[in-house]
Amino acid sequence: MSDAAIEVAGLRKRFGPTLALDGMTFTVSPGEITGFIGPNGAGKSTTMRVILGLDAPDAGHALISGRSYRSLRRPLTQAGALLDAAALQPSRSGRNHLLWLAHSQGVGTRRVDEVIGQSGLGKAARRKAGGYSLGMRQRLGIAAALLGDPPVLMLDEPFNGMDPEGIVWMRGFLTALAAEGRAVLVSSHLMSELQETAGHLVIVGRGKVIADTSVANLLAAASGERVTLCTAAPAGAAAVLERSGAVVADAGGGNLTVSGLAAERIVALLTDCKVPFSEVTPHRATLEEAYMELTKDAVEYRAVPARGPAR
Amino acid sequence: MNAPAIASSRPGTTAAREKFAHLLRAEWTKFRSVRGWVITIVIATLLTILLGVWTGANSQEGCPGGPCHYVIPTGPGGEAVTDTYYFVNRPLAEHGSITVRVTSLTGVIETGMTPEGPARTEAAVVPWSKAGLILTAGPSQGSTYAAVMVTGGHGARMQWNYTGDTAGLPGRVSAASPRWLRLSRASDVITGYDSADGTRWTKIGTVSLPKLAPTVQAGLFVTSPSYSATTSSGITGGSGGGAPTHATAAFDRVRLRGGWLGDAWTGTAVSGGSNSPYAVGSGSGYHQANGTFVVTGTGDIAPDVTDGTPVDGPLAGLFIGLIAVVVIGALFTTAEYRRGLIRVTLAASPRRGRVLAAKATVLGAITFVAGLAGAAGAILIGTPLLRANGNPIDPVTALTEVRVIAGTAALVAMAAVFALSVGVILRHGAAAVTIVLTAIILPYLLTAAFPVLPASAADWLLRVTPAAGFAIKQVIPQYQQVAGNYAPSAGYFPLAPWAGFAVLCAYAAVALALASFLLRRRDA
Repeated sequence: MSDAAIEVAGLRKRFGPTLALDGMTFTVSPGEITGFIGPNGAGKSTTMRVILGLDAPDAGHALISGRSYRSLRRPLTQAGALLDAAALQPSRSGRNHLLWLAHSQGVGTRRVDEVIGQSGLGKAARRKAGGYSLGMRQRLGIAAALLGDPPVLMLDEPFNGMDPEGIVWMRGFLTALAAEGRAVLVSSHLMSELQETAGHLVIVGRGKVIADTSVANLLAAASGERVTLCTAAPAGAAAVLERSGAVVADAGGGNLTVSGLAAERIVALLTDCKVPFSEVTPHRATLEEAYMELTKDAVEYRAVPARGPAR
Repeated sequence: MNAPAIASSRPGTTAAREKFAHLLRAEWTKFRSVRGWVITIVIATLLTILLGVWTGANSQEGCPGGPCHYVIPTGPGGEAVTDTYYFVNRPLAEHGSITVRVTSLTGVIETGMTPEGPARTEAAVVPWSKAGLILTAGPSQGSTYAAVMVTGGHGARMQWNYTGDTAGLPGRVSAASPRWLRLSRASDVITGYDSADGTRWTKIGTVSLPKLAPTVQAGLFVTSPSYSATTSSGITGGSGGGAPTHATAAFDRVRLRGGWLGDAWTGTAVSGGSNSPYAVGSGSGYHQANGTFVVTGTGDIAPDVTDGTPVDGPLAGLFIGLIAVVVIGALFTTAEYRRGLIRVTLAASPRRGRVLAAKATVLGAITFVAGLAGAAGAILIGTPLLRANGNPIDPVTALTEVRVIAGTAALVAMAAVFALSVGVILRHGAAAVTIVLTAIILPYLLTAAFPVLPASAADWLLRVTPAAGFAIKQVIPQYQQVAGNYAPSAGYFPLAPWAGFAVLCAYAAVALALASFLLRRRDA
């Protein structure tokens, strides 16, 4: 058995004609936030349901701390999850929702009031959950995930519907939970939500992992060697640089985008050939651009059948 | 203070049992925290009780001059009885016998009644017209007795204490084919015989009548129950026909042996009084000449199956309760499916069979308690009110009353568990409610409440559908020696109470097993 808090290996799952998971494999380590990122339909939620023993995979396995979820005796003390913040009985108060969950694990009432405080639900906990905003529901879902004080947390799109203040709170809260040594897996279809909080990224598309890397590595790999060049003689510059093996594209307004050559080399070449230029800017990719680049082939539109042109 | 957040886990079965207790507590918390469900159950229970009270307070048995206040007599076994006949009797001490020949048994059905008396009569003997020998502790209603007799359509019989019945020689009696009957007493033991020729005798039966008085009344009797028939049955509903009858029998060759006291016969019209179902018929009486007795009587000596109001009379609100628990039973699971809450439940408790068991247990317990409160309230308040309003209530044993009340509660609980299971199978509340209500209540409505189906279809429906469970509240038993309208609309079910309930239980059990299988097999 590995030390991984969550181990997902070779998961395959087909829903009718749709291949939802196609060999999904990754691990989640304790003590950091792992971003689970991919476009809608990439298989994030399905993977989480398989980890929680809700859906049975056609192949592969998923383990929590080395054990299958369905073999856990009091599972909420091993792994807490927020799959769908709307999964509530509207006429039941938030506190009673937490109360029945606590009873199912043999967890005491005191813990219910603790997580209500931690999640910032406050007095709203005694109101009917049907009247909650989506942000409040997310907080209730977080509270439910924390009930058993588990070492592993899994949150599916927890930022959905949160106001900016809530997003800031959520980021801080998740960071603090990871700092306590917990493994935190957070899914999102937006890289921007996670780029400042996640230490590790699992990027998925079409049911499998596209990249499994740290944030720093991803940025470095994605930035590549693209340089923006501002010149009064774009044709001459392009000719010079292409002769040295660069790929040059006209970015308009006297700007060229050059890839394949480092900025220092570009400056040296243009200076040698006496091509005038006013600015050479090495391009720094955002995580978002890196992500878009990685997943551009993996975006799956629901209207398009799963059979892609690759087959 | 509260228990620590994380209790130490214990090994083995103790932990498993503890865990199931956790699940029960979780499901109970789920139930009680949805106010609409709690209110629905409470209101349905109260409505059931109120409807029982209303029924009791507003039903008045009409007898000329006001409420009847007729108390249905009970036999030695506590059952309701009819005890009306014409009796030509003499006292008999502890040992003795009487032998007689019956040469005819004829009858009259009074098919049309006017205030002046029967307007039109039809000469016909009804199958359970009875003429023969009887030995009884006395003329008071519900007395211990034993009798041998010929009947209109069921041959010779020996009957005792209203419910006992043994067949003797078959065939009708006539001048060409008379029957000899003999009844003999040896202290508490009474033996009945019959014979076709007066020389070769057959013992029909021997019965023991414990604590029989030293001196009893014995002699000839004739009685004849009301003609009853279901004249039509179909889409327009069944309608029963009924008319009073009387029978006349001729006896001769009366031979007495042993300790007969006195030296003359007395004619006695045994009856429950003017408010009883059988008034003393105009023709009742006897005539004795040249050793031949001609006796005319009306009534019956048998269990009473038609006259009283059953104790479940005030239980009409059962249907409100059933609809309520079926809706709530289905919602208890389908509401979770509808909102994805089932995933939260199953993530918290991955052993899905146990989740379903906990849900069924909690729902069953809640609905049983509600059903118990509703049924007990309606019957225990409604029945005394009915009685106070002069309605004769079928006497039942305490055990039967407990069975009706607890059985009704069990019926309600089982319907709820059935609905819960169908809810899991279909994962759709409205569909589950529709199917379960159709399966349980519709057959009952079509057969008992508004009997539009022919008897055979009704009988079939109440055997094979979950509505068979309504048999649990049947109060009066069915007797083959009494011609009655044994239809669902009269409170009779084709299956015995527990057998009918077992049919409903089987439906619920199969649905629960299928639900458990699907819940474990399907993705949540």
